[in-house]
Amino acid sequence: MINKRIRTILKGTVLTGLIALSLVGCSNQENVKELQGAGATFPYPLYSKMFDHYHKEFGTRINYQSIGSGGGIRQLKNKTVDFGASDAFMKDKVLAKESNPILHIPICLGAVSVSYNLPGTSELKLTADVLADIFLGKISKWDDARIQSINPETKLPNLGIVSVHRSDGSGTTFIFTDYLAKVSSEWLNLVGRGKSVNWPDGLGGKGNAGVAGIVNQTPGAIGYIGHIYAEQNKMGVATIRNKSGEYISPSLASVSNAANTEIPADTRASITDTGAKYGYPISGFTWILSYKEQKFNKRTLEQAKETKQLLEWMIGDGQRFTEPLLYAPLSESVVKKAQDIIDSMTYSGKAL
Amino acid sequence: MGAQNFIRLTEAKDLIFKKVLGLCGLIVIGLVLGIFLTLLSKAALSMEHTGLAFLYQTVWDPVREHFGALPFFVGTMITSILALSISIPFSFALAIFLGEYVKDGPWSSVFNTALDLLAGIPSIIYGFWGLFVLVPIVRSFESAMGVLPHGVGIFSSAIVLAVMIIPYSASISREVISLVPEDIKEAALSLGATPFECITKVIFPYAKSGIFAGVLMSFGRAISETMAVTMLIGNSNKIPTSIFSPANTLASIIANEFAEASEELYLSSLVELALVLFFVTAAFSLIGRIIIKKWVLDK
Repeated sequence: MINKRIRTILKGTVLTGLIALSLVGCSNQENVKELQGAGATFPYPLYSKMFDHYHKEFGTRINYQSIGSGGGIRQLKNKTVDFGASDAFMKDKVLAKESNPILHIPICLGAVSVSYNLPGTSELKLTADVLADIFLGKISKWDDARIQSINPETKLPNLGIVSVHRSDGSGTTFIFTDYLAKVSSEWLNLVGRGKSVNWPDGLGGKGNAGVAGIVNQTPGAIGYIGHIYAEQNKMGVATIRNKSGEYISPSLASVSNAANTEIPADTRASITDTGAKYGYPISGFTWILSYKEQKFNKRTLEQAKETKQLLEWMIGDGQRFTEPLLYAPLSESVVKKAQDIIDSMTYSGKAL
Repeated sequence: MGAQNFIRLTEAKDLIFKKVLGLCGLIVIGLVLGIFLTLLSKAALSMEHTGLAFLYQTVWDPVREHFGALPFFVGTMITSILALSISIPFSFALAIFLGEYVKDGPWSSVFNTALDLLAGIPSIIYGFWGLFVLVPIVRSFESAMGVLPHGVGIFSSAIVLAVMIIPYSASISREVISLVPEDIKEAALSLGATPFECITKVIFPYAKSGIFAGVLMSFGRAISETMAVTMLIGNSNKIPTSIFSPANTLASIIANEFAEASEELYLSSLVELALVLFFVTAAFSLIGRIIIKKWVLDK
């Protein structure tokens, strides 16, 4: 008896609760404009600034979760977000599996600095092959003749080299290993390029802070660090000799310059080891990813238009937020290419 | 009528209470089973691709999609066992001190609060402390010893792990030791046993299964600790050659690489690492249970 009564009461409560919840859900969908994005952590400070302004200007809230490029791509493929974001472009092999093509829209550029800890040395020049051999473990002392010969003004100490890399999968690692794979065939064959690789030598630190921590503490250490992090923490960074033979240090200008080179129409290109004369060679794009056909997972025309408007704003007006946050803005030619890509988006086969 | 209604109400309350308790128990079982099944289904691709070789291959190369778990398994076991052996003397001493010598009074609450606080410190704080305070000390120790002075590595992470797990085994052991009946301790003392003999011959045998349970719990904590270890172990995906070498653990490689893994096989291999970790933890807890049961029966 009592049992039954309690059960009916419980059932009633649960039912009312569910109805109430579904009602809340409905009202949300109709009144509040919101887009969902997920992906790379590297551009997160920029995106959160951009999206905050966008919300104020246009009233659309953008909910961006910086869960990492891999997570962003997974969520885009599961169609649970309107756009993903990644620091590494997707490979042809992976893209070929999608029936609805995934577009890459470049938003800004980032660079990777090579930081070192050499007591008493304030300047260090490096060439591509020396850098590769240091991370391969083939050059193990700082006073090695090959390093000394490109730094004739500096007396390098007889100190062991400890190379430091990122232990967590990261776009920073992708750009760095992509550069080494381009300049050293041995690196390409032995290690390759990726967000995580099988490092032949050295120590791993978690995040920029982890690498910076080990480099700062270990005399003789050398590691690669996101340019912004190195700049903000005023770390000593090496100048790298680029393809044209110039020694270039990473800066907003030299990173933007790196993109002044031949780039394919879909912008899925690595610009490391750039041919641009004053370009910093360890630079790369960061992209927003979305589907070409915007009608996926019951998305409305309105959502598709909103996505398009947001992307256009990010490569246009939104670019003004890049430099104050130390991201290098897109050059004009790249903006043009990005605009063409955005224009190719469709909804139900019709241009947006 | 009123009295009857009252009885009905209490009965109903009792019934609801029992059902809620039962439900909570079922949820726990369901969760463990659910986690296991999720891991199994997500790791299926990797199992199919790499097979048993996953367990003994020593190369972890996401670029070429060669996946072997052995370096991480070895790294996990060495760090945890080393941490446990560093921590045991301290946690025993602490437990005896707190359970036997300063059982009450102001000092007891000072010590106990300190111990509880130690357990409550977030692991990232331990990680940073290790990186900025302990690692430089270990580095100078290493250069004095003549090994490569990396600073980070198995040794540093084992020390920090040991500090992190001391509160777990110490506080459980303390509780168990303070539960030893006064009369048998007094009996031992009245027979002329010194306090030391009383501890080794009466208290320890009486409390050993509880103490062991505490040690086991701290070992489980050491195996699965992620953040502090990641920051201190040097993250080298190779089989370590000495206790000073950099290495990597199961928990830490998953934490490091999961967020950015986008290829399916790579992701699935990371999940299989989690499955290995799941089995390692389960195996140790099972072995522990068997030992405890045996000891209880011996008594």
